[in-house]
Amino acid sequence: MTDYNFAYLDEQTKRMIRRAILKGIAVPGYQVPFASREMPMPYGWGTGGVQVTAACLVPEDKLKVIDQGADDTTNAVSIRRFFQRTANVAVTEATEEATVIQTRHRIPETPLTEGQILVYQVPIPEPLRFLEPRETETRKMHELEEYGLMHVKLYEDIARHGQIATSYAYPVKVEGRYVMDPSPIPKFDNPKLGQNPAIQLFGAGREQRIYALPPYTEVVSLDFDDHPFQPSKAAHDCDLCGAKDSYLDEVITDDAGGRMFVCSDTDFCAGRRAKGHTGRLGEAA
Amino acid sequence: MTLHSTEFSQKIRDPDQPLLKVEGLTKRYGPRIGCLDVSFDLYPGEVLGIVGESGSGKSTLLSCLAGHQRADLGRIAYDGRDVLGMSETERRRLGRTDWAFVHQNPRDGLRMGVSAGGNVGERLMAVGARHYGDIRDKAQDWLGRVEIASDRIDDRPSAFSGGMQQRLQIARNLVTGPRLVFMDEPTGGLDVSVQARLLDLLRGLVRDLGLSVIIVTHDLAVVRLLAHRLMVMKSGRVVEQGLTDQVLDDPQHAYTQLLVSSVLQV
Repeated sequence: MTDYNFAYLDEQTKRMIRRAILKGIAVPGYQVPFASREMPMPYGWGTGGVQVTAACLVPEDKLKVIDQGADDTTNAVSIRRFFQRTANVAVTEATEEATVIQTRHRIPETPLTEGQILVYQVPIPEPLRFLEPRETETRKMHELEEYGLMHVKLYEDIARHGQIATSYAYPVKVEGRYVMDPSPIPKFDNPKLGQNPAIQLFGAGREQRIYALPPYTEVVSLDFDDHPFQPSKAAHDCDLCGAKDSYLDEVITDDAGGRMFVCSDTDFCAGRRAKGHTGRLGEAA
Repeated sequence: MTLHSTEFSQKIRDPDQPLLKVEGLTKRYGPRIGCLDVSFDLYPGEVLGIVGESGSGKSTLLSCLAGHQRADLGRIAYDGRDVLGMSETERRRLGRTDWAFVHQNPRDGLRMGVSAGGNVGERLMAVGARHYGDIRDKAQDWLGRVEIASDRIDDRPSAFSGGMQQRLQIARNLVTGPRLVFMDEPTGGLDVSVQARLLDLLRGLVRDLGLSVIIVTHDLAVVRLLAHRLMVMKSGRVVEQGLTDQVLDDPQHAYTQLLVSSVLQV
């Protein structure tokens, strides 16, 4: 333990990241540049999220790490173990108990509360990137609030697929000002971004950007008047816990077309089963 | 913000007042001259041609007027408003509502990865249109006006011929009903029969919509057909200006005489 400074990063680096976080909270949705550090993991594995988490952690914190909703997948397990080793903080899988939650591409089903911090891992923070490749130009577009191009993308979706086919990383407008990429969360989670009591922080390591949503921020998913935004999920109930309103993963179970749908949020699913709920294939715990 | 509340189009048009007033416009590239001391007035519904050889400062002048480059000296007044003194927000808003810019190469003016309908609709969405059906109807209408078949609305411009791309670029620019259109060699790189059709189309649109146009070209046939007035540039300076027919039929300056006599007679 003594080989590392608390939470891996040195104090001056954490101070620099905290300044970026504070600036991000002061200007919701604005991408604040920061001097991203090399972390002992590859880009794309959550280097941005890890740095934001490291800057937020205090010894009293209880950390939860999820990867696509699950607490027990590689990314979640290795990041959780990383902070256990370098910060010696308590860890948990229960959403209600956690004070800091680092997430990859999901918002937990259990509603968050005041005092919690949700840290997102972001691969590409710029929502306009695939429409306008020039960074100088996208910065100018944010500066001047020229967001017509974002609707061109949605227009193309409808023209090609008959509906808005964007199903994750669905662009949102924050407090009527900045258009923001909510990281690749399913659009099912978009309604939870707005008016959320928790602090939401977004860290992009490779792209060196931090942005934030302070508690109770207004977040609106972009849409057309005649094609309103619709959060979507698989039209099934969870096969383990029977939940009707949670986001589901489809799991192939054999070579004969067998499949099941399970909650992507493992903590939520386990909690329901512990309370005696069962689904089509589940057994009472 | 809706389509109809854009402040610019609401103004009453006074045909006796110049729409664009340019005084002493100068742009230098270091010690070299881009354009020097250019002054002219452009009235509503008027088409001004700018001709001259390569490197004479035509395109520099046009990009200074359209706000793509910053002029070093001079004044530009659009509809009584000082363009060079405007904030960038205002100038860019002007650039996508009241003004239009048709590039020589349609690839510069189009989004090649976006369908034809999306290309036409972009300017509408940029000024606040948020109704898919309306945007699509309007795109459809404009594709029709520039003679692009309606079943091509979802095709990308990369699947279009050069002439179609240029017509699509024109539709994309005119959809928000601009009053002033800048054109940089709109017929360059097209074969003559396509050029003729494009010119025909442009002439019709300009007359029907009452557009004011500044057209830069080195093709004298284009200005003869389209332009009411003509400016001849050489080495960054305006050497002669006047009514198109007058300048072309009775050129006064030695360079204009050379230019007119160089046209190949078929």
